[in-house]
Amino acid sequence: MIDLDAESVYALFAQRVRELVAGRALVLVGVHTGGVWLAERLRKDLNVAAEVGVLDVSFYRDDFAAGGLNPDVRPSRIPFEVAGCHVVLVDDVLNTGRTVRAAMNELFDYGRPARIDLAVLIDRGGRELPIAPSVVGRTIEVPDEVSVVLTREASGRLHLKLEQKGRA
Amino acid sequence: MRIAIEAARLIDPAANLDRVAGLYLADGRIAGVGQAPAGFVADRRIDGRGLIAAPGLIDLCARMREPGADGALRIEMRAALAGGVTGVVCPPDTDPPLDEPGLVRMLRQRSREAAGARLYPLGALSAGLKGQALAQLCTLAEVGCVAFAQSGALPDDRGTLLSALRYARTYDLPVWLRPLDATLAADGVAGEGAVAGRLGLPVVPAVAETVALHTIFDLQRATGQPPVRIHLCRLSSGAGIDLLRAARREGLPVTADVDILHVHGVDSDVGHFDSNWRLDPPLRTERDRAAIRAALADGTIDAICSDHAPTALEDKLLPFGEAAVGASGLETLLALVLSWAQSDKVPLLRALDLVTRGAARVLGEDTGTLLAGRKADVVLFDPTETWTVNPDSLLSFGKNTPYLGRQLTGRVRSTIVGGEVRFERTPAAGASA
Amino acid sequence: MPDPVLNPQLNADGELHHLLSLDGLPRGIVERVLSTADSFIGVGSREVKSVPLLRGRSVFNLFFENSTRTRTTFEIAAKRLSADVFNLNIASSSAAKGESLLDTINNLTAMQADLFVVRHSQGGAPHLIAGHVAPHVHVINAGDGRHAHPTQGLLDLYTIRHYKPDFGALSVAIVGDILHSRVARSDIHALRALGVPDVRAVGPLTLLPDGLDELGVRVFTSLQEGIRDCDVVIMLRLQNERMSGALLPSAAEYFRRYGLTPEALRAAKPDCIVMHPGPMNRGIEIDSRVADGAHSVILPQVTFGIAVRMAVLSIAASSARFR
Repeated sequence: MIDLDAESVYALFAQRVRELVAGRALVLVGVHTGGVWLAERLRKDLNVAAEVGVLDVSFYRDDFAAGGLNPDVRPSRIPFEVAGCHVVLVDDVLNTGRTVRAAMNELFDYGRPARIDLAVLIDRGGRELPIAPSVVGRTIEVPDEVSVVLTREASGRLHLKLEQKGRA
Repeated sequence: MRIAIEAARLIDPAANLDRVAGLYLADGRIAGVGQAPAGFVADRRIDGRGLIAAPGLIDLCARMREPGADGALRIEMRAALAGGVTGVVCPPDTDPPLDEPGLVRMLRQRSREAAGARLYPLGALSAGLKGQALAQLCTLAEVGCVAFAQSGALPDDRGTLLSALRYARTYDLPVWLRPLDATLAADGVAGEGAVAGRLGLPVVPAVAETVALHTIFDLQRATGQPPVRIHLCRLSSGAGIDLLRAARREGLPVTADVDILHVHGVDSDVGHFDSNWRLDPPLRTERDRAAIRAALADGTIDAICSDHAPTALEDKLLPFGEAAVGASGLETLLALVLSWAQSDKVPLLRALDLVTRGAARVLGEDTGTLLAGRKADVVLFDPTETWTVNPDSLLSFGKNTPYLGRQLTGRVRSTIVGGEVRFERTPAAGASA
Repeated sequence: MPDPVLNPQLNADGELHHLLSLDGLPRGIVERVLSTADSFIGVGSREVKSVPLLRGRSVFNLFFENSTRTRTTFEIAAKRLSADVFNLNIASSSAAKGESLLDTINNLTAMQADLFVVRHSQGGAPHLIAGHVAPHVHVINAGDGRHAHPTQGLLDLYTIRHYKPDFGALSVAIVGDILHSRVARSDIHALRALGVPDVRAVGPLTLLPDGLDELGVRVFTSLQEGIRDCDVVIMLRLQNERMSGALLPSAAEYFRRYGLTPEALRAAKPDCIVMHPGPMNRGIEIDSRVADGAHSVILPQVTFGIAVRMAVLSIAASSARFR
């Protein structure tokens, strides 16, 4: 299977975000869990003043009727005023676009941002909604049965793994 | 009609009889046991192989709902026959209560027309069952009441109760009483104990029964020598049974019965508020049930009854505390007696005594037996046939039984009253009554 | 108690479908409610005070017994989940006309109800309803007779966890009319489910039910002894009808023996918390100085109550079919 070096993809990703933002004030909001790790790294690397916002989109997903509530839902936390902000929404893997749609809906319930840019580490395609990232670390093509998973060591080092879905 | 029941296992507690033999009926009476009388020619032969033939069951409490609901008696009599019951004692808590001789005459007439089980009505002890003034006990006895009772708890006015007991004793009339003190029972709906504590249900404490028993025995003694004959209806507690034993040892003329559901059920059977187990007296603890079973085995308790209380299902489909009280029991009585006998290893001769001879003795009737010359009231049943209790398999108007949906073992094939086959069921086919 | 496998609250996969009682509820489900409630705490302080989770669902509040407080918190909780809420004050309508409980339920189901929140004066009423609703409908018990008030038990647990996270070492005393209290019963089951080692019931013998020791609860008739070294004291409301008569002679005597005053509270641990399900009878079971004092967490209980009820509604609604 393809072995992606997460750290080198991240380096490229962070550089692209820096170019996108071009020194303007922004806030970072990460989508649980991988997006939050990336947002925390970006905050350090880009010297963002504001604390990272955290979104758990469980309450905004479109598949509640079919799949029920996530048993491990965690609190969302946006420790700043969203109204008027330039938000960079960060997630690890972009696929159908549904998670991002849910994240944006949730963000809007906190306030009306001036602008949202989507930054994803990996775009694996397979869009089902009209969602477009402003920044992508790497675009890859993988079969539907394969999951792309971001993990983080205790030291903070990031890893990307490709896993066969349905494995225990 | 002359009937020969062949090759059935005959069980007759009164004759200490338990063997396979022929049973011969003629002119409404038992003509021969084991051997046909000389010159007997059967008009009808019934194949009793694999079946048990016993005296027809006598149920010391089954509500026929008449007077009250027109047409109910016929239906409940069919249910009685389906349950193998040939003698039914109906309590006076009808609507209106049985305190008028005219009502009793009418009831007995309807019962004869229904051609079901024999009816033994209990007359009201007090006018309107109000516990304040005496009912016409002598006149009621003349028209056929076998004993006199209140419904529910002991009357608050103990003076009137004592007076009623003395009056009954004057004419040697027996009095049947529920040992229940109303103020101690209060608004209780469940037996006292950890289960009620957990469910938050108001309780009927055991003292509601024991205090009433002390009262009954003391009043009984005060009626003179020999004292009035008392029958205690539906004992439910171990403590109450202890008091009964002491009264017996003392020599007081007292008999007692229990509800078959108290032989089987305990408080935890209420489960998640199953109103089919909403009973009066309420189900009590395992210790109380064990005490009941021990008292049945050693003869302290004389009889088991069904306490049949047919109710519309919607009156049970209510929260526990609001649901109608009691269960429909005529058709499950036999199977439940058999199941108790099997699980406690009680010989059938002993177990069936409690619904035949024992019950007959309480009634003072010369029935409940297969002795030659007695009335031919016989039940023929298959002790191994299993059946599912559901609204279709019950003939009673009341489908309110905690055994709904459950399988029971033991089913009536034929019920004979006064030598007439009044109920028959062939296996796989339906019932005809 | 009947077979837990056939727990009438759980669907075929063992998930919560109805919430009827905390008695016999798996520990995992209790913990899930508490952790999900964490995520709902912040919703009320956002600009948009709701999440779309139950959008389009119809929640019917069926209160056969009046209660503005509980009904309001359920209404707030359901609306914060974007559900449509309908309040039916049955006490004054169809039941009064003699319509049976189940007929009322059938009529409402025909109006596309998804969830019933039920309060009734008779124990077992929510169980009866749950046994007769269509498979996709959920029943939440908002208090049935003396039997259970499961959401109150859960919110009390949540409150305790907030201030005293280590359940394994706690001493909790419940003081008052335990006999008639559905809150007390639910609290006991909640605390035992999460392994609280020392649960105590404190009150006069006339207000204590049977079977407490079977539930692992220690019984005290002295307030002093009952709350000695406790971490949590839960005061129960003494209802008006109990205050003079066969069970208790007077409110004054009750307050003398069981009223939680600052002096009495000294017997508990210095950092103990005082809880009350509300509404309080100041001067009868609790002294105002305690109710408004530093130990009291009575007001936060209310906030937590909304989040916990949102969690219960969401988790139950998550289960598509009963069996």
